Amino acid sequence: MTIKTVEKPDERVRREGTLRKLLRRPELGAVGGALLVWLFFAATAGDRGFLSLRGTANYLEVAAELGILAVAVALLMIAGEFDLSVGSMIGATGMITAVLSVEMGWNIWAAIAVSLVFALAVGAINGVLVNRTKLPSFIITLATLFIIRGMTVGFTRLITGRTQVSGIKEALGFDSAAAFFASSLKILDPSSARGAMAEFSVSILWWFLVAALATYILLRTRPGNWIFGIGGDETAARNVGVPVNRMKIYLFMATALTAWLVSTIQVLSVGSADTLRGEQREFFAIIAVVIGGTLLTGGYGSAIGAVFGALIYGMVSQGIVFTGVDSDWFLVFMGAMLIIAVLVNNYIRKQASEAK
Amino acid sequence: MDQAAVPVLEARNLSKYFGSVIALQDISLTLMKGEVLCLLGDNGAGKSTLIKTLSGVHRPDSGDYLVEGVPVTFNSPREALDHGIATVYQDLAMIPLMSIARNFFLGSEPTTGWGIFKRFDMQRANAIAREELAKMGIDIRDPEQAVGTLSGGERQSVAIARAVYFGAKVLILDEPTSALGVKQAGTVLRYIAKARAQGVAVIFITHNPHHAYPIGDKFTILKRGRTLGTYTKAEIQRDEMIRMMSGGEELDALEHELREFTGDGSMGALADVSMP
Repeated sequence: MTIKTVEKPDERVRREGTLRKLLRRPELGAVGGALLVWLFFAATAGDRGFLSLRGTANYLEVAAELGILAVAVALLMIAGEFDLSVGSMIGATGMITAVLSVEMGWNIWAAIAVSLVFALAVGAINGVLVNRTKLPSFIITLATLFIIRGMTVGFTRLITGRTQVSGIKEALGFDSAAAFFASSLKILDPSSARGAMAEFSVSILWWFLVAALATYILLRTRPGNWIFGIGGDETAARNVGVPVNRMKIYLFMATALTAWLVSTIQVLSVGSADTLRGEQREFFAIIAVVIGGTLLTGGYGSAIGAVFGALIYGMVSQGIVFTGVDSDWFLVFMGAMLIIAVLVNNYIRKQASEAK
Repeated sequence: MDQAAVPVLEARNLSKYFGSVIALQDISLTLMKGEVLCLLGDNGAGKSTLIKTLSGVHRPDSGDYLVEGVPVTFNSPREALDHGIATVYQDLAMIPLMSIARNFFLGSEPTTGWGIFKRFDMQRANAIAREELAKMGIDIRDPEQAVGTLSGGERQSVAIARAVYFGAKVLILDEPTSALGVKQAGTVLRYIAKARAQGVAVIFITHNPHHAYPIGDKFTILKRGRTLGTYTKAEIQRDEMIRMMSGGEELDALEHELREFTGDGSMGALADVSMP
């Protein structure tokens, strides 16, 4: 049998393929949404500083701290699992770093390393528990969410007698660590009459790095294909030899790792740790991921989508301040946004993936 | 022994019990290279249990299972796959939201580069998927389109092409045509014939004798966990096969019973009723 090589384009593929290719991308809705939100605040609060460099730096930093987390959560959710423990992981790892460096007088790099090991270990435990018990990860990580938060408060009070630890800026090795995690790029804001500086936090750079890495893994590596496969049909993936259990453990470790990164950035830029830090981050991360077009049941989604989901979160949470509306209304806005986003994304996915 | 005479797959007196339930009792069958064995039987005859046993999901409680003359015990479907026994399930064949090429290579992705720069070679995956499907006579428009956009018959065909490409010696097809319309079923039957032409041995499970008869070389009829024997095409007629599958005497009794209800003898041959 001779095989024709398929070099020439198929006559049934229309030339407008680019548009359809774009429609096929899960993040399309979030990109459009981000643009709409930006236009909305540019129109309503553009003259009050939303469009200024300082305003931009402001919401980008807020978006970054959620976005770093959301990118890893996106990978996990594409594989069909949840991690609700990331919020309390932020509190726990931040506190470990603070207690070790301030109370015990350790070099802060060593403290950061210990909290990293802690995060990876707990992430692995989450993964192993999900694999072994076959319980929904929603339940497992809901449990670890409470356990980690409770232990953080308990141990911190036991050791320090308080629930807050400050004075990290005086810790050994702070300057070099802060350069990595808490520095910023200062640019003169031309819109400011008094020559104020816009500070672009290094967390924005971390956010882009994490997102680029996650996107590369997801779209261009074998494990990326496995993530889609596991979320799409776990049994089918297992039957063709995908190491499902191992991948899940890695993904839970990845979400814990990003929680550690976020907490390290926060602790070093604020200079203190609080046992309650990171509360509700798990929900906002899921919201960002879902707005970003990732299917709640797994098998479909993107890390870039989560980036735009987080960007929307950042713009709304900060933009609402610029408009002068009471920021109490922010939660209403995010909730409504979530429902609209899911409906739009469902529609787009149907268009892109169903038989015509 | 002559290599060609060794069956690629052989079962000798396989039995499988679930507690007190005898799911399979003394099932024996042989399958040669490039042969299509049709496994026929009504619901509950033990077809699913038999293929799950052959594909590594279940372990037989007694009997021998040989692949190319060597006794084997599989602990998972993956182990069976490593021995060249690929199973295409009716429902689990494909992941709808993933692209054809990604589905095709799931678990066995081609890579390029080395070390930490080793990456999934999408271009090659797309090209191979397209080429392999073309070989099977499936002309896809775009290997990056989601499998969900394909018809049921096309999905089955992609799954078959995948199994053949990855060197399946034995292809176990679990009711690939049962959910399909006449035309689509025909498409799948054609791909089975193509796979056979490439030297693949096929076990084709169906409860539809009209799909089995045109494609099959041998027919094994299962009933209540036992075989009613294996017949070559020359040995058995289509009507006889239908009778054996559904149980000839039972059908006669039913016909007789129904005739009493209607009060006249004009029921005709009940066997025809089951034809589509």
